[in-house]
Amino acid sequence: MTAETTEHHPPGRPSGLVGVMADWGSDQRSFKTASWRKTMMWIFLVSDTFIFSCFLISYMTVRMSTTVEWPHPSEIFALDIGGKKIPLILIAIMTFDLITSSGTMALAVNYAYAKKRKPAAILMVLTAIIGAAFVGMQAFEWSKLIHEGVRPWSNPFGAAQFGSSFFMITGFHGFHVSMGVIALLVIARNVWRGDYDTGRRTRYSHRTGDYEIVEVMGLYWHFVDLVWVFIFAFFYLW
Amino acid sequence: MTSTTQTERQTHSHAEALHGDRPAVATRRAEAHGQQHPLKLYFTVWILLFVLSAGSYAVDYFNFHGYLRWTLIITFMLLKAGAIVAVFMHMAWERLALVYAILLPPLAVLVFTAIMAMEGNYTNFSRFLYFASGS
Repeated sequence: MTAETTEHHPPGRPSGLVGVMADWGSDQRSFKTASWRKTMMWIFLVSDTFIFSCFLISYMTVRMSTTVEWPHPSEIFALDIGGKKIPLILIAIMTFDLITSSGTMALAVNYAYAKKRKPAAILMVLTAIIGAAFVGMQAFEWSKLIHEGVRPWSNPFGAAQFGSSFFMITGFHGFHVSMGVIALLVIARNVWRGDYDTGRRTRYSHRTGDYEIVEVMGLYWHFVDLVWVFIFAFFYLW
Repeated sequence: MTSTTQTERQTHSHAEALHGDRPAVATRRAEAHGQQHPLKLYFTVWILLFVLSAGSYAVDYFNFHGYLRWTLIITFMLLKAGAIVAVFMHMAWERLALVYAILLPPLAVLVFTAIMAMEGNYTNFSRFLYFASGS
């Protein structure tokens, strides 16, 4: 633990709040230990946070302002399993599925930095498969709801705004997961071939890469999981 | 002006040469080594996330209502988000300059939320007042 901490403290630089001021006031790059691609991924994730925040805030606004009763997600997303109706079970399974994929991704990053490329690539493919399963369950959920008559402009359960919020928020999130699955497979292929060992130019970066790309990919993937945490709480549980 | 900068640069490189640990080299070494942490930590957080998710699902399953429900949902949500960002996304090991640059701006969302909550309340009020049949 101490070894990592010291490594991320460049020698001769103060830490704590003084360190923040020194880094930002250094008239150079402000992020002394983070590479540009990691920094840019974080900045992209902040902008994505604002997009999803706008979606969730608009959902809050329409839900607060409608005079019609809001549909009960607990009942709408219930499934009949063994003749028993279990509330919200599909969404619970999707939540556990995404957390599982986050765990495999974290392990992949660890193995990549340890330069064990085969386990890293296998864990990334596993992450992609679990992510694809998530998208599959979402497709099932969408078709089930569309079959029951939920549309962006109306639905048989209550306030019309339920449909538009649902399709917009989960659709945008599902799109993020799908893009993540594709990126995971591309990078897993590069890792498997050992592109980041030999410094070969990779298809994905146009430049010679190293294993940090796995961590940056991981940042995106964990963010997708993070967004789901908020969607799960505010859209499905509230 | 130019000469000053050059002198500064020279002094700087001199200082770097004198010091055994030059910042650039140290940074590169840290990057090559990367974020490696004991697997036990990842598994602990992983299990924690499962437990917290089960907790928030239980809130719905046992049909809690009112403030208890909302408090539990928000608590589980924030704990999960914190665990993911701090450990899985390695924020706990980044320099504070990056941590603050990334984590502080989203707080503006809270202001936006407050404004839109007022707006939503007001719209709801006017709808009841003028369009009692609702929409």
